[in-house]
Amino acid sequence: MWDYSDKVKEHFFTPKNAGAVVDANAVGEVGSISCGDALRLTLKVNPETEVIEESGFQTFGCGSAIASSSVLTEIIKGMTLDEALKVTNQDIANQLDGLPPEKMHCSVMGREALQAAVANYRGEEWKDDHEEGALICKCFAIDAVMIEEMIWANKLRTVEDVTNFTKAGGGCAACHEDIEAILEKVLAEKGEKFDPSAAPIEKVEVEKVKTPLTNLQRIKKIEEVLNSLRPQLMADGGDVELVEVIDNTAYVNMTGACNGCQMSAMTIAGIQQRIMEVLGEFIRVIPASEMKKLVNIAH
Amino acid sequence: MPDIYLDNNATTKVDPAVVDVMIPFFLEQYGNPSSIHKFADGVAKALKKARGQVQELIGAEHDSEIIFTSCGTESDSTAILSAIKAQPNRKEIITTTVEHAAILNLCENLEKEGYTIHRLPVDKCGRLNLEAYKKMLSDQVAIVSVMWANNETGTIFPVVEMAEMAHEAGVMFHTDAVQAVGKIPMMLQDTKIDMLSLSGHKLHAPKGIGVLYLRRGTRYRPLLRGGHQERGRRAGTENTASIVGLGRACELALEHMEYENVQVKAMRDRLERGIIEQIPNSFITGDLNNRLPNTTDIAFEYIEGEAILMLLNKAGIAASSGSACTSGSLEPSHVMRAMQIPYTAAHGTIRFSFSRYNTMSEVDEVLKVMPDIVAVLRKLSPYWDSVTNEPVANPEAAFTPTFK
Ligand SMILES: Cc1ncc(COP(=O)(O)O)c(C=O)c1O
Ligand code: FES
Repeated sequence: MWDYSDKVKEHFFTPKNAGAVVDANAVGEVGSISCGDALRLTLKVNPETEVIEESGFQTFGCGSAIASSSVLTEIIKGMTLDEALKVTNQDIANQLDGLPPEKMHCSVMGREALQAAVANYRGEEWKDDHEEGALICKCFAIDAVMIEEMIWANKLRTVEDVTNFTKAGGGCAACHEDIEAILEKVLAEKGEKFDPSAAPIEKVEVEKVKTPLTNLQRIKKIEEVLNSLRPQLMADGGDVELVEVIDNTAYVNMTGACNGCQMSAMTIAGIQQRIMEVLGEFIRVIPASEMKKLVNIAH
Repeated sequence: MPDIYLDNNATTKVDPAVVDVMIPFFLEQYGNPSSIHKFADGVAKALKKARGQVQELIGAEHDSEIIFTSCGTESDSTAILSAIKAQPNRKEIITTTVEHAAILNLCENLEKEGYTIHRLPVDKCGRLNLEAYKKMLSDQVAIVSVMWANNETGTIFPVVEMAEMAHEAGVMFHTDAVQAVGKIPMMLQDTKIDMLSLSGHKLHAPKGIGVLYLRRGTRYRPLLRGGHQERGRRAGTENTASIVGLGRACELALEHMEYENVQVKAMRDRLERGIIEQIPNSFITGDLNNRLPNTTDIAFEYIEGEAILMLLNKAGIAASSGSACTSGSLEPSHVMRAMQIPYTAAHGTIRFSFSRYNTMSEVDEVLKVMPDIVAVLRKLSPYWDSVTNEPVANPEAAFTPTFK
């Protein structure tokens, strides 16, 4: 079984603040039963001071999911909402004296439930922005999505490249077969072929050759891509509008049939891929509805 | 109350009588069976005796059909890789969706190399459709590999009949019988099974010893080439102590075959009946009419398996779970998914697997603590209403996260 710390066991066997807070005025729900873990966080927030006076959790999940929920409710009690928003999943894991890499997602779920609850209190809509893939490198807790993004963004070609950019594969090396499989897949998507003996790319050179786009250039190019995709979206009864570009993140509004439909996530992924191809750099495309949340966290 | 071990499908305690016969081969007769001196005296004879004991348990016609390997996984790999190597023109393999990883992952890998893998689905009770199977058989198929009994649910597949069908179509048949050997009687000489894998540690022998049964005349290519051990079919100096131990364990298994199918089964039956009666929203998975006598796999809805195991462990009870969290993935076990067990239950399945070392009073002890364990976790679950003690009305709708 897992090597859980005594702290994890303590919070699992005698959870604190289990159950829903009666007359809660902030509720955050994340996860689902099909994913194997789900968490509902209920808070009683003082409307004058915004201090969290009571917190309770209801969790469907494994030992560390329950322990993460329990410790979270303890951490945030007595904090103001702004203070609570600064709690990271690493804080949750630290309070538990660490979690196995396979279980870090439990602490992430705790942080997300907290963000969702605060958004709920403030009358905002909260949407998850992180995508989690299968855990590939256990030494450094790096998942498949992260590796794929880095391959795209930095034109990585070999396992060594992946290790240089993500750390994945830099420990026991047991994950190299899986990393090669990801490289094969992504390179095939880009129309290239994986060559295990290819020379590793040199970071410096790449930076030298490619002068980064200015934000204005970037916005213009993104607009061009969106314009080229628009006819296709409109044929499906939808549309897309660029709202803001901050660093390498583009916020878009999906309207019409695209908005909220099952396919919108897929559409956004498709748009992101196109933009990356044209710009030759990593760009994240996110619905504009999530902008506020990110700004909130930033302060 | 000492700890209760109900995880015998994962591995078993080595029988003390097995340990006894092994010890001389570490301390006295430690010579290489191929050597000609007194330290090797009687070692070859001991190996022959063990071979005979294995032969007896599985009902093989000849003792030379028994090849000792390092584990069940090695036997599985040897069987499949041998079949495709011996028949390079056949590029298809038939197996099932619920095999052990030892078969599934190997097949997945062969798929990448260009093999076509036919994976027979199962119904909600974990049963195969033999009509569909029949249609897959052709002269393109190198080998059929179907487990005799499933490690999670204990469901038994009709491998004897399936081997006949394969034989008629001229296709080799292998069965992963790691969970079945020693628990149910078998007489391989009366069947058309060409190859069979078994593993010592599932029947009170040590870990790290296995057997590949290879019917005389079956075309074969070794996995490990080297010395002449096992008639050149599996090179490498024999694991003498473990082979001798496995032989003794097979003899004991044969002696206890009736006990396993009467007394052990009675304990299993009492446990599962007690649980189903006392705990709402729980059910048994698999084919209830065709199961190993020692295994039950019970789904507890709206709670998660690893959490159940941790509480069981605290109560001194060892079991295991098809839950995703115990393996570190986010998906419930492939066996539960193949049977289309709903997500509300698939994450909360617990397997209790017995052996002849268990007792009825242990069953009573589990029945005493199980209802509370389930109740404690359901109290924490957002899908469960502790006041009415039933799931919240329409659980999926009651819980509406902003993302899934
Ligand atoms: C059905 C089945 N096949 C194969 C194996 C693997 O056996 P071994 O651990 O000896 O390699 C197991 C054991 O977990 C099993 O249950
Ligand atoms: S698992 Fe990736 S380096 Fe160890």
